[in-house]
Order: sequence, then structure tokens, then C-alpha cells
Amino acid sequence: MTQEARELSYAIAIREAMGLAMEADPTVFLMGEDVGVYGGAFQVSGDLIDRFGPERVIETPIAELGGAGLCVGAAMNGMKPIFEIQFSDFATLALDQIVNQAAKARFMLGGEVSVPLVVRMPAGSGTGAAAQHSQSLEAWFAHVPGLKVVQPSTPYEAKGMLLAALEDPDPVMVFEHKLLYKMVGEVPEGYYTVPLDKAKVVREGKDLTIVASSIMVHKALEAAEKLTEEGLDIEVIDLRIARPMDKQTIIESVKKTSRLMCVHEAVKTLGIGAEISAMICESEAFDYLDAPIVRLGGTENPIPYNPELEKASVPQVPGIIEAARDLAKGVR
Amino acid sequence: MATEVILPKVDMDMETGKITQWFVKDGDTVSVGDVIFEIETDKAAMEVDSPASGIIRDIIGKEGEDTPIGVPVAWIFAEGEDYISQVGGASSASSSSDAAVPEVAEEAVPQSADNPVLDEPSGSVSVKGVRATPLARRMAREHGVDLASVTGSGPKGRIRKRDVLAALEAKPAAVTAEPASAEAAPVAPAARDMAAVDARTRSLFEPDSFEEVAHDNMRRTIAERLQESKQTVPHFYVSVEVELDALLALRKQMNAESDAFKISVNDMMIKAWALALRDVPDANVSWTQTHTLKHKHVDVGVAVSIPGGLITPIVRSAETKSLSVISAEMKDLAARAKERKLKPAEYNGGTTAISNMGMMGVSSFAAIVNPPHSTILAVAAAQERIVPKNGEASIVTMMTVTLSVDHRTVDGALCAEVLNAFKRYVERPMLMVI
Repeated sequence: MTQEARELSYAIAIREAMGLAMEADPTVFLMGEDVGVYGGAFQVSGDLIDRFGPERVIETPIAELGGAGLCVGAAMNGMKPIFEIQFSDFATLALDQIVNQAAKARFMLGGEVSVPLVVRMPAGSGTGAAAQHSQSLEAWFAHVPGLKVVQPSTPYEAKGMLLAALEDPDPVMVFEHKLLYKMVGEVPEGYYTVPLDKAKVVREGKDLTIVASSIMVHKALEAAEKLTEEGLDIEVIDLRIARPMDKQTIIESVKKTSRLMCVHEAVKTLGIGAEISAMICESEAFDYLDAPIVRLGGTENPIPYNPELEKASVPQVPGIIEAARDLAKGVR
Repeated sequence: MATEVILPKVDMDMETGKITQWFVKDGDTVSVGDVIFEIETDKAAMEVDSPASGIIRDIIGKEGEDTPIGVPVAWIFAEGEDYISQVGGASSASSSSDAAVPEVAEEAVPQSADNPVLDEPSGSVSVKGVRATPLARRMAREHGVDLASVTGSGPKGRIRKRDVLAALEAKPAAVTAEPASAEAAPVAPAARDMAAVDARTRSLFEPDSFEEVAHDNMRRTIAERLQESKQTVPHFYVSVEVELDALLALRKQMNAESDAFKISVNDMMIKAWALALRDVPDANVSWTQTHTLKHKHVDVGVAVSIPGGLITPIVRSAETKSLSVISAEMKDLAARAKERKLKPAEYNGGTTAISNMGMMGVSSFAAIVNPPHSTILAVAAAQERIVPKNGEASIVTMMTVTLSVDHRTVDGALCAEVLNAFKRYVERPMLMVI
């Protein structure tokens, strides 16, 4: 299958993936609030309602737990639901179905039942949507065995990872960053998947490894590019999947660069950066570290409404540059 | 901000120092310039002045422990300044202008005040020893580098990869294996081998049949320097016998002239050797990888035996100095060497050296070149011998001198030339004073 790449936005790439999956497999359906005629809160589902009709693009009331429960039940019975939660913050309302049912069923039912559920959620800050609509809660779900947690960072990943998630027999939580929906990038035509167990070295370097996720991949790349002017050669890894984490790619990189910095938008304390940091300390890469590991993450506050404070609450390019410079040059 | 009292670098190749004595105690008031502690470097003892006036607190530099240079050993608080313990978790976290980015050490800040002891001190001395990164520790392990002797260039004196590399470069003799190809090399040959050798050495003796004396800095320095010299400098040795009667007679005559000086045979050896090297300047040289350094003056290091080891204070430009000046300088240097009060500048460098064991009655010996010197002259005892002269047996006072030479810089013929020049000055000593 030859695939010609075109430029698509992240949102359109996701829509294309859903369309391809629904065309190919009659058990795939989309469910969520406003996913029908409105086209989705962030216009991701768009015209899917016209193409597949209201039986496969199903509007729900404002009742996340009910929608999630319906999807878990459908998944157990041979369907492949895509459940869109309007903001990932509202996944809290559906936690019982996701954490206590979807994640557990395979294990509690002797492996006879699986839950091939995909939950899609717009996440992150930057839209002025304040504290209840701007969080990054991926670490919550990454703490639960039985779930997979992915964070596509480009249109290419967004399409390929969603198709991989739909192939996966177990529940996959897809955190889509709101600010990335308009990002345009090369996306192959047709069907392809991005494996759900590999991080990706998006920039090779030798002085420092930055492991970033979601939108922070782009900020880290921008910082790395800027720091080439100072002679620094920074490696950037797109984590892509928070669970199961691709430890080996990070370990190999740290063994090469001897320095590690983790950057994510989610709150720093008890975040995925802490997990990566501890993982490295437990691994063979520990003996290659030539500086303390540095974590950058969200500050200790709910995301503010004020746009300046909102920006100040998550890592930004100047801060990444400063921290990376200090780390690579040995000030820390 | 309290002023840090730093363990100073008083010597070019100094990496650690040992505080031998504090002259002040926690809470004392000190003024700039007051002597506050004494350190023993590799070679000498030195007094250290207070860098500020105020009250000295948090004295964490312990007497008798090797401490890397450049780390704080105490803090001085200005009059009226609030005392905040500097020991423990003192964070250097700067508030970044882009406040979104919490710093790495942020959580450490609040606890420093009420938990001063359990935290690692901010000097690089801690209960666990030196402050070093995991990579530096692994490299040190693999190459048998003693981290206590490495100076850390990182924050708070932390030893990093580059510091271990620098230490390895500084003493290539210590590197027995090829520098680990980073990837593999899971074992640490050097360090483990050394421990095994030590264990084997001990096992050769009955457990209670010996006493163990820990190396002090001087012993360690002597061992490192001379081992490096013997392993890297291609030595050869040339001996010559010289007649001393004329020199002894001149010495007697000179010393009879005045009570203001008492010239020793050794003083005359220094002068004669300095003049010989002045006359044969190609032998007054130092080896470097790219160049031979031809020195314009003859700086003679004179080995002085002191309790626990030896040290070689230097008579600078000895070829320009009169015997009485050389004599007075040597007396002063030797006396202060015995008290370990020499300044590093007084024993570092030199272009050659003399080791004189004549007073100990040895008939001949060969010394080890001490780089950057290319030569060292070993002077044995004067002995009366029966020597045939003009067909008759005559009694002559003779002495054997042996020159040890770095063959990288000085060849055999040149060595013979400079020794013959020396012999000429000794046997015709008036030439020395002209």
C-alpha cells in the first residue's frame, strides 16, 4: 500500500483515522458529547455524522460515566468504541468505568474478556479555558495497570497511534493536546499504524537528552535548535507513550549523553518525569549520569484563567533553554 | 550573605589539603587577615588567613581529613548579620525569569533550617565521602582513580567525568588499561587489582607481625611522583670519580676568613653543578611532548631529608650566586623544610636537582629524576683512597658522583660533557669563585 504524504492538520488526521477505521470495520463507532452535527467541541469529528450516520456517530447527554459505561459494555461484547470526552478534565467523571471496569476486566475474567476501548480526550492548557478545562491528567491513568496511555505530538502520530489504538485489544487512553489540533504536518494517505510501545528520537544529539511529551516535544525542539547557537547538541525524545513506557530508548540515550531532562506540561510533582527519573536511576544508565536529572513540569497551582499566568504555569521555551543550558554546561 | 571560607589552592598541582589545626572555634570573632587555620598540602604546611571580618560559624572542615580544594570549610557572618546555617541543602536554585519552570532543587529549600545535620553539607565533604556524579564514580572505579585526590569542577565541588579525565591525563602512569571504550568495560581492573595486590602483600606476613602506618600526603606524593618518573622517564646513569682535596682546602681557607658564613661541601657542590650546567646549557632542559624547554638559569633543587619523607627546596639561579649566598639560602630553606613551613613556590619547579648522601657514608648511589628536571646528581661520601700518581702511591680524597639522566632530552655524550665540566669545577675550585 503506497502512501503519499500530504499536509494535514492534527484534528483532520484524527478524523481521517476514525473514518478509515469505521470504513474498514463495522464494529467501530464514535460516541461522545457534541460529536454529531456540531462536529465535536474541537471540530475533530466534523462530517463523520454525514458519512456514517447517527447509528455510528452517537451523541450522548452530558453524562460521562454513562457514556463510558455504555462503551465498556459494548467493547466487552465485540464492538470497538471510540469514546470522546469533551475535555480530559471530565474523565474524572468516568473514572470508575475506565479504572475499575475497563482496565480490570481482562484480569478479573481469566483473560476471556477484553475491552478494546479507545478514549479520546483534548488535554492541556493554552486556550484560556481555566482550571477545570486545562489539565494534563495522563499520569493519573498511566498509574493504572491495564490501561495504555498515549500522547501523540504530531498529525502523523495522531493518525497512526489512533489506528494502532483501535487495533489494540485493551483500553487505550489518547490524550490529544488542544493547541496541537491546528498543527499541520505530513500525514501519509491510507492506513498505517504507529506502534504503541516505542518512544521516538526526534532529534539526535550528544550533550543532553530531553524526554518530552505532547506539545512539549515541539518546545524542546525549539529550545534545542536555539541552543545549537551556543554549541550545544541536544537529543530530544518524544515519549509518545506514557504506559507502557519505552525505557530502552531513554536508557540508550542517557548512556550516550550522560545528562537527562524531562519536560512535560502536567504538574511536576509525582509526574511522569519523576517516573522517568527514577527509572533511569534504577537502570544501567545510572552509572552514566554526569549530572543530576532535571525535571520541568507544571507549577503547583490549578491552571489560571489569566493568559499570562496560564503561560507561566507550564514550561515554556525560554525556561527550557535556560534549564537545558545550565544542565549541559554543568552549572547544575 | 555569609562569606565562605575556602580551602585554598596554594600549589599548582594541589588537589586536596588536610586541615592540621584550627586556631579559632565556632562563634569566635575574626578579622580579615587573622590566621584561622593551618593546612598541610602535599609538601608543606601553610597558614590560612581569614577572608572576612565577623563571626565564624559552621566549621565543617575537619582536622586531619583530606579535603578537596575550593570547597567551603566554614562561613563568616558579618556583625549583625542573621545567622542561617549554611550546612545542609543550601540551595543555589535561582528563580528563573520564566517562572513556569520549577528548579531541580526546589523541594530542598525549606528543610535546611531545621534539619542541618542530616542533609549532606554543601561543602563536598560528607559522611559518604566525596561528591561525585555516578559517571565519575564509575570511571574512577574502572581506572583505579582515587576520587579523594580529584578536584571537582562542578557545582559545590562535584566531581564530573571531565575531572576524572583530567586526573587520568595528569598521571598517565596510573592508567594501566586502555581508556574504557565507554560501552563495555564492566569491570574495574586497576582498582580491583590494586586491592588484590595489597591483600596478597598482607597475606605474606603473620597478622600481628607488622604495624600499619597510613600514608600521609607527603608519602603519597613521593610515591606518585617517583613511580610516574620511573615508569615514564627513560633513565640512564653515568658515574664519575672526582678528587676533593683542592675543594676541601679551599673551603677550609674560606671558612677561616670570617665567622659570617660557614660554607659546606654541599654548598660547593650546588655551585659547581650550577656552573657546569651553565657551561653546558643543552643539559639544563625540560621535556614536553612538543618541545624541549632550554632554561636560561640553573635552579637547583636540593633534596632535604625530613621526618616522614623528603622535600627539594630550590636555589634559584644558583649559577649567579656566590657561595656565601647559596650557603645562607640553604640553611634557611633546610630549617624551614624540617618544620614543613616552605611555601609551594620554594619547592615547585627547578631545572635540576642534587641528592647528597655523602654525610651518610654511602660510597655510590643513583637517584630518580624528578620531572620537569632532566638530571639529578647523586653525591656520595668523600673517601680517602690510594691512587697511583706519577708512578707513586698517593693518598687522595675521592668521591663518586652519579648523574641520572632523562634520555629523552639528554644523550650520553652530552651527559659526559656536563659531568666533566662539574669535575673541573670541583677539582679546580678557584674557578668557582672567579
